[in-house]
Amino acid sequence: MANLLTVSGSPHLHGDQTIKKIMWGVVIALIPAMLVSFWYFGIGALLLTLVSVLTCVVVEFIIQKYLLKEPNSIGNGSAVITGILLALNVPSNLPVWMIVVGAIVSIAVAKMTFGGLGKNPFNPALVGRVFMLISFPVDMTSWPLPIVNRTVLVDAVTGPTSLGVVKEGLAKGDAMTDVMSRVPSYVDMLLGNMGGSFGEVSAIALILGGLFMLIRKIITWHIPVTFIGTVFAFTGLLYLIDPTQYVDPVFHLLAGGLMLGAIFMATDMVTSPMTKTGMVIFGIGCGLLTVLIRVWGAYPEGVSFAILIMNALVPLINKGFKPKKFGEVVKNG
Amino acid sequence: MKTFKLGGVHPEENKLSAGAAIKNLALPKTAVIPLSQSLGAPSVPIVNKGDKVLTGQLIAQGTSFISSNIHSSVSGTVAKVDDAIDASGYRKKCIIIDVEGDEWMDSIDKSPELKSEITLSKADIIARIKEAGIVGLGGATFPTHVKLMVPEGKKAEHLIINAVECEPYLTSDHRIMLEKGEEMLIGTKILMKALGVNKAYIGIENNKPDAIAHLTELSKKHEGINVCALKVKYPQGGEKQLIKAIVNREVPSGKLPIEVGCVVQNVGTAYAVYEAVQKNKPLFERVVTVTGKSVKNPGNLMARIGTPIIALLEEAGGVPDVTGKIINGGPMMGKAVNSLEIPVVKGMSGLVLMPENEAKRMRVENCIRCAKCVSACPMGLAPYLIAQTSEIGQEEMAEGLKVMDCIECGSCAFTCPSGRPLLENIRMAKNKVGQLIRSRAK
Repeated sequence: MANLLTVSGSPHLHGDQTIKKIMWGVVIALIPAMLVSFWYFGIGALLLTLVSVLTCVVVEFIIQKYLLKEPNSIGNGSAVITGILLALNVPSNLPVWMIVVGAIVSIAVAKMTFGGLGKNPFNPALVGRVFMLISFPVDMTSWPLPIVNRTVLVDAVTGPTSLGVVKEGLAKGDAMTDVMSRVPSYVDMLLGNMGGSFGEVSAIALILGGLFMLIRKIITWHIPVTFIGTVFAFTGLLYLIDPTQYVDPVFHLLAGGLMLGAIFMATDMVTSPMTKTGMVIFGIGCGLLTVLIRVWGAYPEGVSFAILIMNALVPLINKGFKPKKFGEVVKNG
Repeated sequence: MKTFKLGGVHPEENKLSAGAAIKNLALPKTAVIPLSQSLGAPSVPIVNKGDKVLTGQLIAQGTSFISSNIHSSVSGTVAKVDDAIDASGYRKKCIIIDVEGDEWMDSIDKSPELKSEITLSKADIIARIKEAGIVGLGGATFPTHVKLMVPEGKKAEHLIINAVECEPYLTSDHRIMLEKGEEMLIGTKILMKALGVNKAYIGIENNKPDAIAHLTELSKKHEGINVCALKVKYPQGGEKQLIKAIVNREVPSGKLPIEVGCVVQNVGTAYAVYEAVQKNKPLFERVVTVTGKSVKNPGNLMARIGTPIIALLEEAGGVPDVTGKIINGGPMMGKAVNSLEIPVVKGMSGLVLMPENEAKRMRVENCIRCAKCVSACPMGLAPYLIAQTSEIGQEEMAEGLKVMDCIECGSCAFTCPSGRPLLENIRMAKNKVGQLIRSRAK
């Protein structure tokens, strides 16, 4: 026996969840989406992912070591996730230095300024992405086409995203059938064979990762289901009202960054509400804002903005939707 | 299968001693019997240095409304009434007896025959339970006779026997059900008579199928007693959770179970009631589980109150070298002890030995707002928020967040991936809010 017994308060047991397990679990869940993106977009995607992750990790390390002078938390994997998510959100032919800037903004401005993991009000990867979108609008919206660009780093064959095609076409007054003939088939969209940010293209790979996180209890169903459900319901309603003006809801589910956003970005524990009711409100809000921006906003895609706006409302949602207390509503029988 | 709805966690069960029959432990050389062994005021000693006492003799009296009698667990001479380290880890008043033998009071029926006929009246039963010094043996040690006196204007409808034993490792209740099932059911009948109810439920989690089968069979002879199998979930042994699981009623915030017509008693208590009422035997011994992953012979020992725990640990094969922590009670709610000299008391359901590597806490990291504590809380509180208000000294906020509803089950800290000391902070807030409420009442 040890000379001295440890005396501490109960509980004396701890479950098997740790930050490390949760964060590396998310990284594992992102693997299918990364593999698909490497398949379609080749070295460009691989290079950007590596640079993004490396920048995030190095920036976090430097800030913790030289500015905050605290033990580093690189091992918990949260900077790696930010790096991967940021990379998955950009076109695969983006100049490398641009993603370095984005990664620095993500970690230095959006995360460490607030006190590091757990204290940031906004999703760091999204802040970085939006920063790049506003700073480098041309490079951030010229989307290389898949497969043909596998071995090309720059000067790729580019085209607009499906959402861009639709928005532009409808704005010009083209007929809906005409517009829709220019976007990829739904099967291609489901698999990821379309232009776009290189990680958001394959719905199947993203859903696979989401299921993994559900099973590992890293996320709950509340946010992804309500987010995606709201987009489907809202766009479905618009489609029923006027199918010549509004695209059908299935297109909205498969196009753009909805799957990536709903499964991996909106579910970020740090920046989402603390109660189940709060999560449902959050998911519905993200869905409504996404459709508003997609259909009537200036940008073809609205997922990033929608999530960031809802991030800002999280403290309010937490105040408004407290957990249901035991014995509060007396209903005995 | 029934269970409570809100929150809960699933710690590893580790019921290592479930198969070990209850074994009588030899008498100690010196018995150290603490005067505060139940909730409420400490008992007042009625013996002096040099007095001869018999096993089962009253040595200290409960004098206030919430307090209990204490009896000698051995026969011998009172060496002194002095401060000694007790289960709380502090030095407190104890009666210390030099053991000379095991001569029982004549009034105690030592025969092994089962006595199933209940002859005493309702008032006599409660008087006998009070006289025998019976307290809640699940660990809370609330005097049993007080629980049986239903306040004016309230009515008891159901008696619930808590046989959940949801704490990992502990098996003392499980063994009592298997070995003393008949006695325990008669004890339940006695409690039913004392409360004037005709329905009793025995709540058992389905990780004890042998106990469920055994008691279901035995209870056929006893009208009004129903065995209720429950889905395993911690903390189902909490009174409020158990009532919710079995009769689907929610005890309102700040109220007692009698508010919804329920009285909850532990299995061990029901057995002690049988012995007190039918055999006139006061509470001076109890079953203690001695267990742990590295313990040589995990087991269940019938130990006299006042036996130093080292005697129990030696019976189980000694204290392994790797031991870093010894817990009085279960690992979720029990208290870590700081000495091997502390005596067995009425509320000691088990001793759990933890190896050094499990005794240490993990490094505390930032809250990542994962909300796992919110989902785990069986009282529907926001543990992360209460802990935060406690850290910054905002007791009024903690009170508004219903910190006093916390049952200290530890599910929040158990589930926290950042290893934050949630329950410690919540306990601190409870303490301060308690002071605040008392100062307002003045």
